[in-house]
Amino acid sequence: MGNNIKIYLENVSKVFGPDALNALALIDKGMTKTELLEKKGHVLGLHGINLEIETGKTTVIMGLSGSGKSTLIRHLNRLIEPTSGRILVDGEDILNLNALELRQFRRKKISMVFQKFALLPHKTVLENVIYGLLIDKVPPHAAKERGMAQVELVGLSGFENNFPGQLSGGMQQRVGLARALATDAEILLMDEAFSALDPLIRHDMQMQLREIQARLHKTIVFITHDLDEALLLGDKIAILKDGILRQVDTGMNILKNPADDYVGRFVRDVNRARILTCGPLAQPGTPTGDTRLNAEQTLESAFPIMAAAQGPIGVLANDGALLGVVTARQIMEALIQQDRAKSTLVGSDI
Amino acid sequence: MTSQFPQFFDTRAFGRVLDSAFNDVVAAYGLTLELIFLPVLKALLAMEQLLLWLPWWAVLIGFSAFAWLASRSAKIMATVALLIFLIGVIGVWEQAMATVALMLVSTLMAVFLGLPIGVLMSRSNRVQGIALPVLDIMQTMPIFVYLIPFVMLFGPGKIPALLATIVFAIPPVIRLTNLGIRQVDVEIVEASRAFGASPMQVLTTVQAPLALPAILAGINQTTMMALSMVVIASMIGAGGLGYQVLQGIQRLEISRGLFAGLGIVFLAIIFDRIAQAYGKRMQKTLKLGA
Ligand SMILES: Nc1ncnc2c1ncn2[C@@H]1O[C@H](COP(=O)(O)OP(=O)(O)OP(=O)(O)O)[C@@H](O)[C@H]1O
Ligand SMILES: [Mg+2]
Repeated sequence: MGNNIKIYLENVSKVFGPDALNALALIDKGMTKTELLEKKGHVLGLHGINLEIETGKTTVIMGLSGSGKSTLIRHLNRLIEPTSGRILVDGEDILNLNALELRQFRRKKISMVFQKFALLPHKTVLENVIYGLLIDKVPPHAAKERGMAQVELVGLSGFENNFPGQLSGGMQQRVGLARALATDAEILLMDEAFSALDPLIRHDMQMQLREIQARLHKTIVFITHDLDEALLLGDKIAILKDGILRQVDTGMNILKNPADDYVGRFVRDVNRARILTCGPLAQPGTPTGDTRLNAEQTLESAFPIMAAAQGPIGVLANDGALLGVVTARQIMEALIQQDRAKSTLVGSDI
Repeated sequence: MTSQFPQFFDTRAFGRVLDSAFNDVVAAYGLTLELIFLPVLKALLAMEQLLLWLPWWAVLIGFSAFAWLASRSAKIMATVALLIFLIGVIGVWEQAMATVALMLVSTLMAVFLGLPIGVLMSRSNRVQGIALPVLDIMQTMPIFVYLIPFVMLFGPGKIPALLATIVFAIPPVIRLTNLGIRQVDVEIVEASRAFGASPMQVLTTVQAPLALPAILAGINQTTMMALSMVVIASMIGAGGLGYQVLQGIQRLEISRGLFAGLGIVFLAIIFDRIAQAYGKRMQKTLKLGA
């Protein structure tokens, strides 16, 4: 285990029910989740999870509803206790923390953003943002100062004295994000943080999170249903099914080599314009005009440039060498023909 | 032929044992208990004396100011002022003040005891499982049954009246505190814990404020129940408006009973309006964020 690993889950399993240990023994002997529920009335949440979460990176956890995503992320700050296994944060097993140490751990080291925001309706935006600081007994004056900086960071200046109910969903989640950032925790847990927002706002928030992450380098664990979101935000993606990890890899590798059918079905509906880059599409030819595309540019970001240009556009490699040209028609084809797009992907070396 | 229910065990003998056991308790601890509750009695008397010592207009202004603070509504404040004035007009001022004192002290004590019990209940399903049926029994038991043990322990007077009123009036505040806390959005409680809040911090920063409208509704009901107890409590020497009603019945003086009865109605309206308005205002503040 290298020292760039922030969180390490070792063989973590969770069964919900009064006799969890025996139920887990049955699972270990090969009983399925459905059988366990029917015969014993216990619910399998997670089984045999081994996962390394890298420092300063964003790890995305994906899976269908009920696959155990929320259960997994709630283990990381012990809102849920595992039935068996170890959870190491900075090399220390957090399951050994007593109640007091656990509170300190939650106050200083790890914070969380919630799907339905979970803001305090009776407190103002600023009071919500500094909630964690006040819980940690930071003097109110200092807390407010730090809070205002966070309010500014998420672009809510001027709203600090409003109540959450007076804000739109997107703004409320900015408050949730500011509240999580305010404690300066190194680890940020985000359970479907953007799922309740409508698409435009959602994209804004994703971009904002990327900006913030580029500056702060938190260790982020992000849960989503949405592969586009996962690919946009995740340095690594972990895919869960029925409480079992099916694949953990970079987005590109998962697109190229889905480990099984389940993962394959996730990948099928991906928005390729955001994933595919111009480089692999470049073909020999002479560009018209001076506009150039970068090989690592996504097709989506190339659209506006294509629209403005006449004829083929040159594609440059990172070192500035001309790789070839692409035409609008080629790009359209790459997007429409799934099979061909896939082969382009597999052929690329990104 | 009348069919008789078979006797499974000798209830009369059991009754005798129970009665004599309770008598022993009275003999052994009656005095001690009286000493324990002496401060309560003193508080009650002090409250009564204060209300009677104040000039009537000061009481009127005090109540109106309280109504304004709670409701921020001129209409409710005016209603309260008018009703206080009418209580004086119909000539039951002194008795009404005795009743208000009994009500305030018993309600305060019921709230003081009921809140922590409600909080405990909300934290444990087992405690709730035990407490709910007990509360059900407390609320269905005829009021008179409470009087017997308290009168036996303390003799007729204000203390048994006060204690019987507390026991009778406490269930709503316990129930609604429990319910209010249990109804708080679990995700918000989880968020609070995720930021490292201790159980006490979760209670004070999240659960109590969000359960406040429910808790206030409970306090309101407790106040009303305390008020409804005053007539009955007067039978064991609580005095006040209830005593006037009782005398009206005994002496067949309709007027006396009527005026005292009106006084009770006016008090009920006053406390109800104030509590309702306050509850509504709190709810509105919370709605801002729902
Ligand atoms: N407290 C609990 N008691 C019993 N079963 C539970 C509990 N919490 C979760 N589960 C079960 O564990 C499984 C995983 O639930 P979890 O909430 O982690 O799923 P999820 O992947 O987050 O789903 P969603 O996308 O709907 O949020 C589900 O089968 C769920 O019913
Ligand atoms: Mg979930």
